[in-house]
Amino acid sequence: MPDTFFTEPPHWRWLIALYFFIGGIAGGCFFLAALLQLFGRPGDRAIVRIGYYVAMIGVAISGILLIVDLGRPDRFWHMMIQNKTGRPMFKYWAPMSVGVWGLLIFGVATFLATLGALYEDGKVPWRLASAFMRGPWSIVIDVIGGLGGFFLAGYTGVLLSVTNRPVWADSSWLGVLYLLSAASCAAAVLILVARRRRLSDGTSVRELERFDKYILALELIVLIVFVISLGSAGRAFLNAWGAVLVLVVLGGILAPMLIGFGRVAHFRGRPLTAGTAAALVLLGGFMLRITTIFPSEQVRVVGTRVTRP
Amino acid sequence: MPEPMGFFTDTTVCIGCKACEVACKSWNQLPARGGGTAELSGQSYDNTLRLSGNTWRHVKFVEQFDKPYEGRWLMLSDVCKHCVQAGCLEVCPTGAIIRTEFDTVVIQSDVCNGCRSCIGACPFGVIDINEVSGTAQKCTLCYDRMSVGLEPACSKACPTDSIQFGPIEELRKRAAGRVEQLKAAGESRARLYGADPNGPLGGLNAFFLLTDEPEVYGLPAEPELPSRNLASSAALSAAGAAVVGAVGLVTLRHNRMRDVAEAERSDPNSEQKP
Repeated sequence: MPDTFFTEPPHWRWLIALYFFIGGIAGGCFFLAALLQLFGRPGDRAIVRIGYYVAMIGVAISGILLIVDLGRPDRFWHMMIQNKTGRPMFKYWAPMSVGVWGLLIFGVATFLATLGALYEDGKVPWRLASAFMRGPWSIVIDVIGGLGGFFLAGYTGVLLSVTNRPVWADSSWLGVLYLLSAASCAAAVLILVARRRRLSDGTSVRELERFDKYILALELIVLIVFVISLGSAGRAFLNAWGAVLVLVVLGGILAPMLIGFGRVAHFRGRPLTAGTAAALVLLGGFMLRITTIFPSEQVRVVGTRVTRP
Repeated sequence: MPEPMGFFTDTTVCIGCKACEVACKSWNQLPARGGGTAELSGQSYDNTLRLSGNTWRHVKFVEQFDKPYEGRWLMLSDVCKHCVQAGCLEVCPTGAIIRTEFDTVVIQSDVCNGCRSCIGACPFGVIDINEVSGTAQKCTLCYDRMSVGLEPACSKACPTDSIQFGPIEELRKRAAGRVEQLKAAGESRARLYGADPNGPLGGLNAFFLLTDEPEVYGLPAEPELPSRNLASSAALSAAGAAVVGAVGLVTLRHNRMRDVAEAERSDPNSEQKP
């Protein structure tokens, strides 16, 4: 039995799974919005603004989830400032410490970009905010926010790997898996919003769909590598969670990929659209977090015996 | 500067009386369990079952009774190992976990915010949340008692000297002698767990004498630091980010190139550039 099975679970459950999912979408949406802002066409601007808005909402919810999940929420600031000395608290070798600062920097970039988007939408009157959407400042914000988005999408998996828990610490592929999943989920959110609100002439949405199906293909490959890399720790999936993981692969990755590549167009006589594929991607992305967090959470030592779900 | 202090637990003389558990709870004012209500495990004579935020000492009962009238008991009074290279201290994002002047590892309850990073990082499953304080808690090796020259409560209470307290160097010599004594008496499986300063985690300041494989006692054979995965995991994520960025750029470039081609088709004289 791997040594990781002799440890205790940290009780990271629904709130943390939700944070990993929403934080990933926030990071991915900002990255895609920044990419469209820097390299896209004028017709993409509506989607760019939606990307910033989703990122802002996501990062705000992420912060709340993280604070509420603490045993002592009133001490959340201890992660940024040493409460006994007043000095900054930062450990570059501790993923959670780096993550807190990364979330903060990403949050500031997202806030500024959102202000710019709100000005462009005519929702705020401050001319100063226009600098955050056009010109050199907007480029700086996009680069910092885009990198921060990538970081937020991927560090959560690294955080799990830098433990001693079964599944999480038995592979180094969780970070890249979460990053790819976050990118595909973010594209799915933008596709759904853009289609529902008819924000684009269709070209940008088609490009997002193209982006999504290639990322899904990569995600599938990395997921297979991840499961193989678990070795004997893969026994944590020899239960109902294994079946859920198979469903994630079939419904959350393969099905939307086949719809995207035009291999499957109908299900029981009903047409399958890009919207259906995007919804499946989101469901699969959330379930991927659940199926990688909970099987590990349920392994614990009772007496001298290791119990599994 | 005080010398490194710790525990040597000789499991061969542990009688499972749990005096150490009671002494620990008594000195540290820890509740019995679940708001003070004791519960029966229903599967063992051991009703404590695990270390937790309320239980910083736990006498494990290894009950090996495969056949009727044959079998043996192994007892191990488990505790925080006060690792020389401590995983909990490594990952703590608030600086709540510190190394003391006695080379022990202590969680400062007034700094911890209950993020629970340390729980998953500990290779021995020692730490857990104390529901009263909302913070992570574990054995302090009675830092308050040691600071005034007293012995920790558990080793003081141990009636068989299974738990021995003292300077680590002295304890290691004593433990090596005990292993030799046991082997001479025919117990060929006697071994030390965590006593080697060149072994896993730089050695444990609370180490054990075992008479079977570590896994039998619920201990990992080769405990490791959580940071062993940091470089590889971060590098793979960075590579993944680069790939996602490249896919995004290629997708958008394809989009722009098609726009330019369409513009040129509709107006061959235009000098529009991508």
